[in-house]
Amino acid sequence: MDTTYAIHAEGLVKRFGDTTALDGVDLAVRPGTVLGLLGPNGAGKTTAVRVLATLIRPDAGHAAVGGFDVVRQPHEVRGLIGLTGQYASVDETLNGTENLLMIGRLLGLSRRAARARAAALLARFELTDAAGRAAGKYSGGMRRRLDLAASLVGDPRVLYLDEPTTGLDPRSRNEVWDIVRGLVADGTTVLLTTQYLDEADRLAGEIVVIDHGRVIATGTPAQLKARAGAQTVTVRPSDAGELGLIGEAVARVAIGPVDVTGEVVTAPVSDPGALAKLVRDLDEHGLTVAELALRSPSLDEVFLSLTGERS
Amino acid sequence: MTTMALRNTATLAWRTLVQIKHNPFELFDFSVQPIMFLLLFTYVFGGAIADTPGEYLTYALPGIIVQNLLFATLNTGVGLNTDISKGVFDRLRSLPIARFSPLAGRIVADVIKQAWAIALLLGLGLALGFRIETGPAEVLAAFALLLGFAFAASWMSVLVAMLVSEPEKVQIFGFVLLFPITFVSGAFVDPDTMPDWLRAFADVNPTTVLADAARGLLSGGPVAGPVTRSLLWAAGFLLVFAPLSVRAFRRRI
Repeated sequence: MDTTYAIHAEGLVKRFGDTTALDGVDLAVRPGTVLGLLGPNGAGKTTAVRVLATLIRPDAGHAAVGGFDVVRQPHEVRGLIGLTGQYASVDETLNGTENLLMIGRLLGLSRRAARARAAALLARFELTDAAGRAAGKYSGGMRRRLDLAASLVGDPRVLYLDEPTTGLDPRSRNEVWDIVRGLVADGTTVLLTTQYLDEADRLAGEIVVIDHGRVIATGTPAQLKARAGAQTVTVRPSDAGELGLIGEAVARVAIGPVDVTGEVVTAPVSDPGALAKLVRDLDEHGLTVAELALRSPSLDEVFLSLTGERS
Repeated sequence: MTTMALRNTATLAWRTLVQIKHNPFELFDFSVQPIMFLLLFTYVFGGAIADTPGEYLTYALPGIIVQNLLFATLNTGVGLNTDISKGVFDRLRSLPIARFSPLAGRIVADVIKQAWAIALLLGLGLALGFRIETGPAEVLAAFALLLGFAFAASWMSVLVAMLVSEPEKVQIFGFVLLFPITFVSGAFVDPDTMPDWLRAFADVNPTTVLADAARGLLSGGPVAGPVTRSLLWAAGFLLVFAPLSVRAFRRRI
């Protein structure tokens, strides 16, 4: 039994008819860390979670959670995990308390303990006022919080969050992120699937990018960004009339095509001295700018370049 | 393991019953609709079919109970399919619980709802003038037979629930099947009044058989024959549909 990794999968394959949802996926997540599983719709993220949550069996390969094999020891695995996601859902016809009470009872808590646990979780997720209302009448953010609460009734050591913020407004999204950070601080291992690079960037220590059921990149957010290479310089003139002149100045340091969109000039640069050179150049020509920035590629750009390469 | 299975089943049965609180429509299904049917049949058709509504009630009440019972078996399938399509089943299956408890819990809860609907119809029937001509033992036997039959027949809707993609389809399938089965029977009228070819179907129809058995146990008359045939039908439903459903259940989830 190998417990170096909280989640460890090797060569997972899952086919549905002619579709290969997982085509040899390897994953390794150390205890107490967050792995972001990133990919477009249909990449196989949810299938991977369903295999790791014992909901479906892989056609090939194997996976262990907390050292327990997902196929041979599903009951033990279920005792360790919590699942929140697009598909695992709360019962819309029960109210908040009843949903959590049901799970507490199913997990073997006494009636009294289950009640106390439900009340504590509802308070923690700021759902106490909505405790008596049917979950079907909750807003998207409240529902997601109840979903999270439901997956935490059993104090799982490993938590799967399958697109936990899809469809949420920015405020609710931030709330979910805060909750996840709190859980990780308490030692929970999290596997997070997401289509939002921003989300993986903020929460995950390590990111696995999958597409068409295959892992196409692995690394920390910084490593993935470095893979895309060039940084981008962005200049916004104070006077829109000088857009052309500024474009010329940028072109002198750029390593690729200069893009002039609206009132902003952007171009890829790679020389570390490019920014200083550009500032001197602008100064010599008496050009003033409202905004001047150099930034690493966003994960979105990394993602597009990675997934673009394959298709 | 078995204690856990029983506990899990009880919890999930509780959950199904608590749902009624938040979904008044379900209460309609199990209470208002049977009452409405009873009143409509008794007072609209009763006088035309028998001499008086009261006389018709004596004949039709067991039939109405059986019809209601068969339609109510659809709820098991609709509920299961809803749980699967809404993701509730995935949540349940990610928990360390007895594997078949979600199915068992649903069935237990639905048998309880069936008992309630039968008691309600019988109670209202008595208030409207239905007479029980037999003893408490026969009444209990009638209850047991009806519930056992409902349990067995509900496996049909479980199987459909495992095979179709949406709860509405369980409903549609059930209605298409159950309207002819419940109406071309001895539930509401004597099959002797039907054309021969229809009567042949009505005579062997499980609705007829079960309604005759309930009639015998509540109002007197032949019991052994219809009860035996009812039990055979129930056993048939159970033997055919329960294994198929369990197999489909394993595959689907």
